[in-house]
Amino acid sequence: MFDLKGYGWMLWEGLATTLEVGVCALLLAIVMGLLGAWGKLARNPAARLAANTYTTVIRGIPELLLLLIVFYGTPTLLQALAARLGHDIRVDFNAFTAGVLTLGFIYGAFATEVFRGAFLAVPKGQVEAAYACGMSRGLAFRRIMLPQIWRFALPGLGNVWMVLIKATALVSVIQLDDLMRKSFIAMGVTKLPFDFFFVAAMMYLGITAVSMVGQQQIERWANRGVRRA
Amino acid sequence: MDTQVIIDSLPAMFGGLWLTIELTAYALLIGFCLAVAVAMMRVSRNVFVRAPVIAFIFFFRGTPLLVQIFLIYYGSGQFREELTQIGLWHLFREPYFCALLTLVLNTGAYTAEIFRGAIQAVPHGEVEAARACGMSGWLLYRRIILPKALRLALPAYSNEVIQLFQSTSLVSIITLLDLTGVARTIVARTFDVYEIYITAGLMYLAVTYGVLWIFRIVEHRLSGHLREREDPATAVRDALRARS
Repeated sequence: MFDLKGYGWMLWEGLATTLEVGVCALLLAIVMGLLGAWGKLARNPAARLAANTYTTVIRGIPELLLLLIVFYGTPTLLQALAARLGHDIRVDFNAFTAGVLTLGFIYGAFATEVFRGAFLAVPKGQVEAAYACGMSRGLAFRRIMLPQIWRFALPGLGNVWMVLIKATALVSVIQLDDLMRKSFIAMGVTKLPFDFFFVAAMMYLGITAVSMVGQQQIERWANRGVRRA
Repeated sequence: MDTQVIIDSLPAMFGGLWLTIELTAYALLIGFCLAVAVAMMRVSRNVFVRAPVIAFIFFFRGTPLLVQIFLIYYGSGQFREELTQIGLWHLFREPYFCALLTLVLNTGAYTAEIFRGAIQAVPHGEVEAARACGMSGWLLYRRIILPKALRLALPAYSNEVIQLFQSTSLVSIITLLDLTGVARTIVARTFDVYEIYITAGLMYLAVTYGVLWIFRIVEHRLSGHLREREDPATAVRDALRARS
């Protein structure tokens, strides 16, 4: 279809990095989402305030800007703090870590809303019944809430994943060798920008298509015991 | 924390914010018209009308915006001669045009999918009643389906507006000086990384929540007929309390 002048392997390498960043960021986002949802539903006003501030700020600022803040801002901030304490240190941020941290942090805010909805979707009577049976809060969470929360959260998490994997394209801006940056390098050598970006676009489209099918399968598996109306 | 550098760079940053808002507004305006047309084609029963539109929506929703921008901005360079021949090269040479074109197509695809859901959510009985009154085609769309569908689509559309407003930050990658672009050039010169970026972030935050607030008011006004009527006794009591 396209003559990639022997640079096709570079795109596959880039695709691998993209998927690595995406999966790591998703795991972080799930952890952040559970924490955020717990904070939003907590009785403690400080936890509620922290969780609400988190989602408000993250959803109001573009991902690219947040990525730049984390990648360039954090080392400078740490160095400035260290200088004030009388140390001269040099902090360098690994692009992979910065990318995963930022994306995980951003999509954690979206996962927070997903998990909050899922928490609220578990019938209250079930938790009360669990307490009445003598389960502690932790045990009730593990045995009663969690198995249902993740089932309710699956469709939402699928959406988060789809948006997240597309947002990984931004890590090319901080010089991480993902699919976008590899295409960019290959374009510089071969002078065939359209071909390379089109192939890259098709690879992203492939991820989306596979994810859609995978999501359906997982949801069917997760809902295997649920009676349908 | 260096406050002087923030104050000094504020004029430039407001200039950048203006470009960001301008791009968002144009993309929304043109994207909206595109989306209505695309959504109408998407619900068509004719498969030859529907199929290309499905492919368009799938492509623009399934790939990152950054790829789309690069595909149009850098990719058009590969067809330079052809584009020069039909006299379009001077447009594709401009990052502004490429950025706007990409944003229009992108938001058009997302919005079309929102409108499709809304069009399909218009109660069947209303469409049937309109047909019974002799309306069809464009008249049916203009008088019955679209007004209802747009109102149903409003909450989802407000999300898309916010999304688009924030995605415009990507145009800074193809050298446009929007808010993010201005912030990046200032940081490259002064190295005051977090002062500048956080100021830019606060500006985005302010506009985002301003827009959300406007949408909430519009939604409130458009849904008056759906709200429960205020209890007259409470209204009188509140009025009396306000006077005393």
